[in-house]
Amino acid sequence: MSARLVIRTFLHAFDRVSLVHLLLLAFLSCAAAAQPAPPVLAAPQARFVVVIDAAHGGEDAGGSLSNSQLEKSFTLALSVRLRSLLAARGIQVVTTRESDAAVEPDKRVEIANHAQAQACLSLHASDNGSGSGLGVHLFASSLSPAQPTRFVPWKTAQAAWVTRSLALEGVLNSALQHAGMSVTLGRTSLPVVDSMSCPAVAVEIAPEMGPDKKVAAGLDDPDYQARVAAALAAALVEWRSEARQP
Amino acid sequence: MIPRHQKLLFGILLLASLVMGVTLWQLRERAHKRLIAGQDSAPTRAPEVAPAEQATLLVANDSDSSMRTQIHSLPLPADPGSRARAVLGKLLDLYAAPDAAHPVPGGGSSVLQVFLLPVPEIGAGAAASVKPKSAESSSAEFRANKSGAAPREQPQTGPQLAVVNLTGSFAASHPSGIETETLTVLSICGTLHANQPRITQVRFLVDGQTRATLAGHADLTRTYLAGDAVPAEGTQP
Repeated sequence: MSARLVIRTFLHAFDRVSLVHLLLLAFLSCAAAAQPAPPVLAAPQARFVVVIDAAHGGEDAGGSLSNSQLEKSFTLALSVRLRSLLAARGIQVVTTRESDAAVEPDKRVEIANHAQAQACLSLHASDNGSGSGLGVHLFASSLSPAQPTRFVPWKTAQAAWVTRSLALEGVLNSALQHAGMSVTLGRTSLPVVDSMSCPAVAVEIAPEMGPDKKVAAGLDDPDYQARVAAALAAALVEWRSEARQP
Repeated sequence: MIPRHQKLLFGILLLASLVMGVTLWQLRERAHKRLIAGQDSAPTRAPEVAPAEQATLLVANDSDSSMRTQIHSLPLPADPGSRARAVLGKLLDLYAAPDAAHPVPGGGSSVLQVFLLPVPEIGAGAAASVKPKSAESSSAEFRANKSGAAPREQPQTGPQLAVVNLTGSFAASHPSGIETETLTVLSICGTLHANQPRITQVRFLVDGQTRATLAGHADLTRTYLAGDAVPAEGTQP
């Protein structure tokens, strides 16, 4: 009699423990099911920033273009247009000026270097009115390529980036030529570009050259401005895809 | 009422002043004539005209952004600095011509001076690619300076730095633009190197002062390597 009582008590206790365990297991399962699935660890997207430097501004009007247009106004308008195109493509853009304000060359460089950008474009324009020097001119720094060092001289910081700048110049050249524009490549020494620590190219836009080597579209032509901006944006999208390739 | 004797005194003094003024004027005229008579202003030495020589100019062309070599015959002085100035004057005369392929107003008078100096041992700015001196030569110089020797003479065969002093009016009237300013600077550097190969570096001044840019774009604060500015025939800079 006592043995039977002991067995019954044991089984009863076992059932209670099992029941508690089952309930606990069910609760944990429900909680686990309610939680979202753990994210698949993907490679972090590299940050891609473009710096657009609209040259001149304020009292520094730059060159005088046709129809009494000033270089500073043209570069600012192109900067705003290009920024919109790039932002629409998901590219982060940093500009050195957003209004007709005077920005010192060193300040422009500070903005560009703080941004740690993957591409820096310095926008310029020229129109000598003589019908020469037409098309888009792309300039990389004329500094000799140098190995990057920990401490970089301010005036020649671009030397460590010249090779990448020349590659960026090539991508811009391809995109502009694909858009049917006449492009001239060159090297020059611009104080702003020479101090930038990013792939940097100075873009000087002159009136469009037609097949007869004469002016096909002036700088005040909105269609020409739009095509130039679109070609530059396409080039930077291409540059981003190249930069993300392993 | 003025007394009579005072009137007479005033008249006498006025008369004496007039007489003295006339006398002084006559003495001045006599002295001037004596001075002129003592000078021999007859020309005794014919002005020297430097013989015409051939100069190589790197002439920029805006239409295709190129620089082409042109040979011109012009009188060149013997002094290297004056010679460099004369060559640059001819180059800028070409740019100031009405039908110039690279129009820049100003002409030859836009070059005030060209100073030629030995290349400094420590390259400034972008001219960092200048070869450093060998340890042997440096130590030899150190020994010479330490022993109190006279400052070393300007080397006659080493590389030279040309300092081109332009007029402010040239910079002010230069067309603004990366392309045109770069072509002007590089053609000046290339022309100097083509005619005087010892000139390996070029710096620019405007009215004797440093200037940030030529006309808003091309950097005038750096040292240009003149050899890099000499392109192959008809190529872009």
